[in-house]
Amino acid sequence: MQTDLVQEARRQAEICNACRYCEGYCSVFPALHAERAFSEGDLTQLANLCHNCRGCYYACQYTAPHEFDLNLPQALANVRQDSWEELAFPQSAAKLFQKNGALIALACVIGFALMFAAIKTMASFGGEGFYSVLSHSAMVAIFLPSFLFPLVSITISLRRYWRAVDGQRVKFSDIRGALLSAAKMRNLAGGHGDGCNFEDEDRFSHARRYAHQAVIYGFLLCFASTSSATFMHYLFDLHAPYQLFSLPKILGVSGGVMLTLGCIEMIRLKLRSDRNLGAANAWGGEVGFIGLLGFVGLSGLVLYVMGNSALMPSLLVLHLGSVLAFFLLTPFTKMAHGFYRLAALVRDEQRKT
Amino acid sequence: MTQVENWDVAVIGGGNAALCAAITAAEAGARVIILEAAPKPYRGGNSRHTRNFRCMHSGPLGPLVDSYSEDEYFADLMKVTAGKTNENLARLAIRTSEECLPWMEEHGVRFQPSLSGTLSLARTNAFFLGGGKGLVNAYYRTAEALGVRVEYEAAVTHVAIESDCVSRVEYTQHGKAFQISPTSVIVASGGFQADTDWLARAWGPAAKNFLIRGTPYNRGAVLADLLDQDVDQVGDPTQCHAVAIDGRAPKFDGGIVTRLDCVPFSIVVNKNAERFYDEGEDVWPKRYAIWGRLVAAQPDQVGYVIIDAKSLELFMPSVFPPIKADTLEELAGKMGLPKDKLRVTVDAFNAACGDTANFHPTELDGVSTAGLTPPKTNWARPISEPPFYGYSLRTGVTFTYLGLKVDANAQCSINGQPIQNLWAAGETMAGSILGQGYLAGFGMTIGTIFGRIAGKEAAFYAN
Repeated sequence: MQTDLVQEARRQAEICNACRYCEGYCSVFPALHAERAFSEGDLTQLANLCHNCRGCYYACQYTAPHEFDLNLPQALANVRQDSWEELAFPQSAAKLFQKNGALIALACVIGFALMFAAIKTMASFGGEGFYSVLSHSAMVAIFLPSFLFPLVSITISLRRYWRAVDGQRVKFSDIRGALLSAAKMRNLAGGHGDGCNFEDEDRFSHARRYAHQAVIYGFLLCFASTSSATFMHYLFDLHAPYQLFSLPKILGVSGGVMLTLGCIEMIRLKLRSDRNLGAANAWGGEVGFIGLLGFVGLSGLVLYVMGNSALMPSLLVLHLGSVLAFFLLTPFTKMAHGFYRLAALVRDEQRKT
Repeated sequence: MTQVENWDVAVIGGGNAALCAAITAAEAGARVIILEAAPKPYRGGNSRHTRNFRCMHSGPLGPLVDSYSEDEYFADLMKVTAGKTNENLARLAIRTSEECLPWMEEHGVRFQPSLSGTLSLARTNAFFLGGGKGLVNAYYRTAEALGVRVEYEAAVTHVAIESDCVSRVEYTQHGKAFQISPTSVIVASGGFQADTDWLARAWGPAAKNFLIRGTPYNRGAVLADLLDQDVDQVGDPTQCHAVAIDGRAPKFDGGIVTRLDCVPFSIVVNKNAERFYDEGEDVWPKRYAIWGRLVAAQPDQVGYVIIDAKSLELFMPSVFPPIKADTLEELAGKMGLPKDKLRVTVDAFNAACGDTANFHPTELDGVSTAGLTPPKTNWARPISEPPFYGYSLRTGVTFTYLGLKVDANAQCSINGQPIQNLWAAGETMAGSILGQGYLAGFGMTIGTIFGRIAGKEAAFYAN
C-alpha cells in the first residue's frame, strides 16, 4: 500500500474520531469510532466500507479552507483504489486498467477483433440464429475460460483482503446482513433515508442510489438470463434462439434495459459531481468501466431487436467482444469494487456482533 | 455608496438564529435578504461547529428518550448560571423548545441518536445528523427555496438609527460599499469574541492568550455599532462560554475536536507545576464549562494535564496525540514544567490517594484524596504507571455574553423604549438569558426560538 495515502487517511480518521458528528450517516463512522488507533488493515476496511456518498464531506466543519483540510471521501477513495491494485491478482493488470479508461476501451476493441477472428476461423456447421455465426461449442470454448479466470483471480484477491482486514470465520448471519445492506444500498440512504450528496453539492437525493440499483439488478437479471439459457440448453435440451416469452428473453431484455439506463444515469451523475471527492486519477477508469458495462447491455438489446437483420453477425461480434472484455477485466476494473464492498460489509457485520 | 433594491426584512448574520428568522419571515410573505459576513465555505457562524440543541419534551420525541420537563430544564439552567438569568425569557425559550424539534425537521434538519461517548445527553439534547454544518446547509437550501436572497462576504458596517427606527443598513462587499433601507432589521451576528482587542479591554492582556473555538468572523462589529448608538445592552463583558481545550488548538475555528475529556482522571497543574482545583469535582460534562475560567486565572493562562498509562483509554480521543514520556521528569522536560516541582506535586498527590478499589470512571465514585489541598474528590488514583502522558490546556472561548437586551418579542430598545423595527436573535442577545455559565446545547435553543420570534415580528411589521 502507498504509505502516503494510508498516512493521510489516518490523519483524517483521527480528526473524525475526535468529532463524531457524522456518526449516523453510514457504516463507516460507527466502525471508525470503535477504534482508537488505525492500522493499515483498519483503514483498508474503512475505505472499502465507504460508498462515497459524500454526506460527511458536505457536513464537515473542517473542509478546506480550514487548516485541518478534511476530505474523508477522497482520502478513503484513494486508499480503496490503492487496495484494489495492491490486492489484485495479478497486480500488474489492475495497475494497468483501474485508472485508465482509454485502455479499457482498447481492450474492448481487441475483444471485437478477437470475436471477428473467431468467426472467420472457427467454422460454424449450420446452427440456428447466432449459432449460425459462431457455433455453441465455439462460444463455450471462448467464454468458459474467460468466466473462470476472473473468478479465480477475485477469489485470490478476497482471501488477501480477508487477511488484511483481520477477518473472522464467516457466519451465515454475517452474509445475510451484508447482502441486506447491499440489496437496499443502505449506505447510500444517508442514515436519514433522504439519500446521498453527489450531483448537486449538499442536496440529498436518491438519484445515485437508484441508478446503482438499476445497474446491479439489471446486471443480475442479465446474468440470470444467461444462466437460465445454459440450464435449458444442457438439462432440457432446449436450444437458442428462444422466444420472447421464455425465461432467458424476459430476464435478459428487462435486465438489459435496466443495465443500460442505469449506466447512462451513473455517467450523467458522475459528470455533475465534484471529482475532488473521489479517487485522484481514477475518474477515467471509472467512466471507462461504466461505459463498457453500459455497452454490454446496449449491444445485447440491439442484438435482440435486430437479430433477424443482415447486421446480426456484426452486432454479435460487438456484443460478444464487449462481454469478453468485461469478463476478463472484472478483477482489474471498478467491477472489482462489488466483491470488496461485499467483503467489507461482511467484515462490518462481524464487528457489530 | 450604491443604493440597491429594497427589502422587507434584512437579516444581519448567517448562522442558526439568522436562518430561522429569515425562513420564518419569508414564510410569512416577506422579501428577505441575509447579509452574511463570512464567505460561503465559512457561512453559518458558530452554528457550523455545534452538534445539538437542548429540548424540553414530555415524552419520547424524535431522537430524545424519556422526558425532560420545563422545571427540570429551568433548574439545570439555574445551577449553571447561579441564578443569573431572566426567568421570563428563559422559560419562554424552554417551553417553546418542544415545538421547535418538529419545526426543524420540517425545514430540513435531520437528527441522529446521541453520539458515542455522549450518552449522558441522550435525554436532554437532540443531535443534528452531520452536526451544525449539516443543519446550516439544510436551512440555506430551505431559505433559498423560499426566495431569500443570500449575500456572502457582506460585512455590515453601520445600522443607522434615527429616533426609534432603523433607517438604513450599510455594508461592504468585495471592496464596494452598499446601503439598503429594509422595513425591518434582525441582528443575529453573534458575540464579539473574535475581536481579541475587545476581549483584552474586558479581561485585561490575559485575553490575548485565549483561543477562539468558533468562527473568526464574529468580531462584534454590529454589536459595537448598536451599543454606540445607546441600544440597551445586557450582560457582563467578561462573561462568556469558555472551556479548557488543547493548548495546541488553532487560534480560531478549532471546534469540537480540540476538547479534552481527560481532566477527571488526571491532575492539572499550572506552569509552576502546582495543582489549583479539584479535578474530580463532578462528571466532566457538568464541569467542562468551568475549566475555561480556571485556566484563565493561572499564570500565562495555561494548564497542564498529567495522566498515566492506566487512564489513557478512559476518555474520548482528541485531535492531538498526548505528549508521552517514560518518566515524570522526562514529561516535565517535554512540557516545559519545573521537573523537581512536578515530582513534589505528584508525590504529594500520590501519597494522599487512598483505597482505589471502588474506582468507577463514569460515576461519582468517591475515590478521593485525604489531607490534600486542593483535594481531588473523585477518581483519585496515583499517577504512577508509566508511560506518562500530558496535554497543555488553554482557555477556549465559544461566545461572549455581553449583548443586546431584548423583550419577549426579541425586540431591541433604547432606554427601555422599543426600537420600532429592530430585533435581535442568537448569541448576540443570549446574555439576556445566560448571565454566566453554560448549559450544553442551550445556545442553539435560544437561537432557534428567538430567531423564529424575530422573523415573525419583523415580517408582521413589514406587512
